[in-house]
Amino acid sequence: MRLPSVEREWLNRAQKIEFSFEGRPYEGYAGDSISSALWANGVRVLGRSFKYHRPRGLLSLANHDVNALFQQGGEPNIRGDARPLETGMRLTAVNTFGGGVAHDNGRFLGLLSRFLPVGFYYKAFHTKALFPLWEKVFRLTTGLGKVDFATPRKRTAKSYDFCDVLVVGGGPSGLAAACAAAKAGARVVIVEENARLGGSGVYQLGADAQRAAILEALLQQVEAADNIRVLVDHYAAGYYKDHWLPLVAHAADAPLRKMRAKSVIVASGAFEQPAVFRANDLPGVMLASAAQRLFYRYGIRPLENPLVLTANADGYRAALDMAKSGARVAAVVDLRGTHAANDLEQQVRAQNIPIHVAASVVEAVPGPGGKSVIAARVGAFADGKAAFGDLREIPCDGILMSVGWAGAANLLYQAETRMRYDDAVEQFVPEHLPEGVFACGKVNGVHTLAAKLIDGERAGAAAAVHAGFGAKGEGVEVPAEIESPSHPWPIIEHPQGKNFVDFDEDVQFKDIANAIQEGFDNIELLKRYSTSGMGPSQGKHSNMNVLRILARLTGKTPAEVGTTTARPMYHPVSMAALAGRGFSPERRTPLHGRHAALGAEWLSAGAWQRPAYYRQDGKTAQECIHAEAAAVRGGVGLIDVGTLGKLEIRGKDAAEFLERVYVSRYANLKVGMSRYAVMCDEAGVIIDDGVVARLAEDHFYFTTTTSGAAGVYAELSRLHILWKLEVTLVNHTGAYAAVNLAGQKSRAVLSRLTDLDLSGAAFPYLGVRTGEVAGIPARLLRVGFVGEWGYEIHVPATYGGALWDALMTAGAAEGIRPFGVEAQRLLRLEKGHIIIGQDSDGLTTPLDLNLHWAVKMEKPFFVGQRSLAILEKKPAKQRLVGLVFPTLPNDAREKPQECNLVIEAGEIAGRITSIAYSPTLQRHIALAFVRPARIRPGERVDIRLSSGDTLTAEVFVPPFYDPENLRQKIAD
Amino acid sequence: MPWRLLRFAFSKKHPEPRMFTRHEKLKPAYDVVIIGGGGHGLAAAYYLAREHGVTNVCVLEKGYIGGGNTGRNTTIIRSNYLTPEGVQFYDASLALWRDLSADFDLNLFYANRGHFTLAHTDASLRTMRWRAEVNKQYGVDSELVGPEAVKKAAPMIDLRCSGHAPILGALYHAPGSVARHDAVAWGYGRGADRRGVEIHQKTEVLGIETAGGKVTGVQTSRGHIATSKVLCAVAGFTPRILKMVEIPSPIYIHPLQAMVSEPVKPFLDPILVSGSLHVYISQSARGELVMGASLDPYEVHSTRSSLEFVEGLTAEMLNMFPFLSNVRVMRQWAGMADMTPDFAPIMGKTPLEGFYLDSGWGTWGFKATPIAGKTMAHTIAHDAPHPLITGFALDRFRNYALTGEKGAASVGH
Repeated sequence: MRLPSVEREWLNRAQKIEFSFEGRPYEGYAGDSISSALWANGVRVLGRSFKYHRPRGLLSLANHDVNALFQQGGEPNIRGDARPLETGMRLTAVNTFGGGVAHDNGRFLGLLSRFLPVGFYYKAFHTKALFPLWEKVFRLTTGLGKVDFATPRKRTAKSYDFCDVLVVGGGPSGLAAACAAAKAGARVVIVEENARLGGSGVYQLGADAQRAAILEALLQQVEAADNIRVLVDHYAAGYYKDHWLPLVAHAADAPLRKMRAKSVIVASGAFEQPAVFRANDLPGVMLASAAQRLFYRYGIRPLENPLVLTANADGYRAALDMAKSGARVAAVVDLRGTHAANDLEQQVRAQNIPIHVAASVVEAVPGPGGKSVIAARVGAFADGKAAFGDLREIPCDGILMSVGWAGAANLLYQAETRMRYDDAVEQFVPEHLPEGVFACGKVNGVHTLAAKLIDGERAGAAAAVHAGFGAKGEGVEVPAEIESPSHPWPIIEHPQGKNFVDFDEDVQFKDIANAIQEGFDNIELLKRYSTSGMGPSQGKHSNMNVLRILARLTGKTPAEVGTTTARPMYHPVSMAALAGRGFSPERRTPLHGRHAALGAEWLSAGAWQRPAYYRQDGKTAQECIHAEAAAVRGGVGLIDVGTLGKLEIRGKDAAEFLERVYVSRYANLKVGMSRYAVMCDEAGVIIDDGVVARLAEDHFYFTTTTSGAAGVYAELSRLHILWKLEVTLVNHTGAYAAVNLAGQKSRAVLSRLTDLDLSGAAFPYLGVRTGEVAGIPARLLRVGFVGEWGYEIHVPATYGGALWDALMTAGAAEGIRPFGVEAQRLLRLEKGHIIIGQDSDGLTTPLDLNLHWAVKMEKPFFVGQRSLAILEKKPAKQRLVGLVFPTLPNDAREKPQECNLVIEAGEIAGRITSIAYSPTLQRHIALAFVRPARIRPGERVDIRLSSGDTLTAEVFVPPFYDPENLRQKIAD
Repeated sequence: MPWRLLRFAFSKKHPEPRMFTRHEKLKPAYDVVIIGGGGHGLAAAYYLAREHGVTNVCVLEKGYIGGGNTGRNTTIIRSNYLTPEGVQFYDASLALWRDLSADFDLNLFYANRGHFTLAHTDASLRTMRWRAEVNKQYGVDSELVGPEAVKKAAPMIDLRCSGHAPILGALYHAPGSVARHDAVAWGYGRGADRRGVEIHQKTEVLGIETAGGKVTGVQTSRGHIATSKVLCAVAGFTPRILKMVEIPSPIYIHPLQAMVSEPVKPFLDPILVSGSLHVYISQSARGELVMGASLDPYEVHSTRSSLEFVEGLTAEMLNMFPFLSNVRVMRQWAGMADMTPDFAPIMGKTPLEGFYLDSGWGTWGFKATPIAGKTMAHTIAHDAPHPLITGFALDRFRNYALTGEKGAASVGH
């Protein structure tokens, strides 16, 4: 029940918050978590368990209460123990089947538990005929919350942050560490997952004002230090290489903060671990620290009449805290025979609380429906064995468990810390920390408050030194623990079971034992078979007990058994937070706006957007494409080729460099001329093509394919480093705009804009010139990709628009027409020019493409030469040829498509790589791979259409259009 | 409720025997030593014992069985490959998969979900048509479908992918399935164990002894073994083992990462792969969304996770499924993919007599587990490559006879 205000509580009592759970209205305060508000309202059943749908209440209040998950609108799996309460929340429990959380019909699954032993689903349901049916049933029962398909994409920003020392965890040791590092001059950030600093210092008090005062003093120091930044309500979700930690906010839509620190102090504390006894999952059985949190943070008396099951001093403190909250503590039951905290014991006795030593709760007695605790059955406990014969039943309304801790070492594991099992504290502690990583407090095996402060100061000073602040001090002696805060065997092997080890997955003691019996006696295998630790809490409350059980049943030590790997995320992180705003870059050429205004239909080419064709009213796509092609064939057309890779190389060895990376000769290329260029990889596979233009003896400008640009530049840069030739290589791809002005009338159009001599003699085919076009400095290449007289004109990107406009205006009289990628593909196919990636694949060599003429094997070296030399001597597997289709009507219902197969005697013998209907030639033309025996013109091959029908094609030696290359001699 | 489960309810003691016998010591000699207790190594042992009567076999595992890429992959099973060699090999695997649960008497949760490879560009549509046509040639159920078929199978998908990469179509492969990966290793392990194979976990191979171009023994962290036949089935550790026997290989190691969400109620039936967004997703029987992406872009021998991976993967996944914004990522992990230049495996004999290789499994190894085991068992038993794997021999790199599967890789590389 909610108490009148408790000193230093986290609530703002002035601000009431109305919300509902399972349709019933409730009230909480600002500062409440969902779970604390519900508990304060007397709600005990917060959720249902995953497998048996047993009623569950609170366990940790430390962000691993995964049996108390909520659905709020479209958001599934909200953790009630961590999510702040908000006005108007309409919460339901996840994973219930009719009847709501109170009367979940899924509870009948619990009755079947005898039939559902560990790994039961591996042992049945697998007949081939019935499995699909069983799978449907399984899929109805699995999963937790529901996703809502109407949820919009959330786009939140991310931020980058830097500090000298990052302290993960704002408990006593973390605060001491932060103060020490700050004192040395380091810029410190403390990240604390709760709403306020203090950690266990806030609630592990044992009603001791002095302990509270120690924390106050630390908080004041932090407050006073101007080089400490505090980030509450954030958790470090992972520890990535080079001290790179994403800090994630609990609040929805808060930015993900990516922190790079010079030193990181992991002061993440420890997860309190449950005891394993019969019915240890009833609502009302919780970790002692959860009850203390309820009291000190949220001003709640968690239970009226709790019993404390303990094996450490913390349990005695919890009993005192409960007494302070006004509860009538039923008893303290101590697993141990003796202990060292006599002063605490005296204080407990002074409160008239009975203490039973060498005893354990062996069973919690359920109230109606298993929704509460009405008593605890307590028996003698010695040498890890409970006596079941003589049980004392102690009435109580809940059981607080304080039997041990597991270091919250997830981040340390992710940082690749080597851990060791420390028998003195019965937990894993760091043995060897990587450089720049520090640990202190409970995660370091230090539990006593005074020792934690010393340990924190030690870690803080060391972390500051690593970050370059302060001088390396003397080694500090951290006092050893007087007794272990953790019991090595807080486990009751109850013959009637229901003694849960993992609450996420309803794994009982016998499930673990049986899995071990079946041979899963490796900790990782045991986890995978029993599913213990695989649920949303990722074993935070179960891994340690599983490990202890495995060790005991196999006669090993915990050190020999070892732990499972703790991977990111520390706590789950929403996909929206990780995705951030999302970055899907799209590249546009400087002419993008012109294309859009002309009605471009876009086509994605990698990140680039290119016009496929320009729409025309009342015309189909094909009609538009054909009209564009006809304009080029009959007059003049203009296409944006600015997406081509554009590289420049200068220097004494420039020609030599190109000789090595391309298969042809470039050393003998005349200044002012260009040459086709084919690039291979070391296997002789063709990977790119383009044109190399020689601007001066030591200066070349060359193009790559659109999709290859980035990769080619990266590879050439690598080779440049490798070869150490005297060259400079620059990538101009985005810096230059480029167009191709093509068609018989292209010269007439261009001549109006330039003083260059455009005569065939002065500027021949494959010639290169620099000059001005419409007053813009330009590089001009006479190319013929589309099979007509034409010029590729490259200008600085900022002038791209002006160049386009000038050409369009100058060509108006000739009926100049912009054309898109589709028309270009058609035109080049008519000319028999290949497109790398379409007419080649991951194994194609220049030899397969009949490019022997380009490959200069006599050169001393080029990439791929050795492979090609070997391949040259082997029988070829395939050759690219042209195909025509004598029996295919132009209006055929089914036409061959790219990648339809060539079939010979029932076997795959090749495929069509490019095909189109040529309006110029008035028939279908194609490029295809066929077997080398079938390359003679007129040879017949069979094509299998997508429908399965066969179509006969005839081999044709391209080009289909202008085989004599006469068009390069014809210009107006 | 199947009757089999009744015996658990009515027996006092857990009625299941050990799946894997514990062997305190290694024997001094075995007929065959298999390095690597993953799915592939255990499957090879299983088929050696079951089909070839070779039972004096030991499987050496450095860690625990199934702890490598068998336990790290995203469990997608399909046979819609690009090369004739690949299609026939993986289709034979699929045939084994279908009967494997019955074979093992162990439920592998082999769930036939249907597999869509989404095309966002006309270039990828073209490659998919190629795959579909090759698949059909070998009787594999594979076809090019339009966006409406994708929408029908996964109605919640944003076909526009938030406007970045509209889905133009897909390669649909009806037999595409997922399975419980760990159980595959256990099933093969138990089956091999029952037939006399010894599985030795936490046993590391330190060296391989040879004499006169032949294998003679293996040095392990638990002692020496004499043997004339060694199978290396160690995925990401292949280069290290090959170094021991000085066999050069073109294998290079890239990390491959994946992640799962917290469980949510099942809503996604098919397996979806997007080559352009470089992501794939399926929903497990537990309700977790299992998601992966392309290889890490650098060579490194490490299984450490990276933040960049989850950032990139979630961003692309939300382009396709914006409504997953509130769903939380629970865990991420990494495996080491042993990549080959042509994206096909390296299997069979090697220049060293008695040393067999089952490697180069890159990102495509899990689905091949049964057939890799079966063909390697055959290859070892007959000292001659099984007909299905002749296209995957190590000497193909020397002979320029590559088996180009890059076009069939699930996501870009």
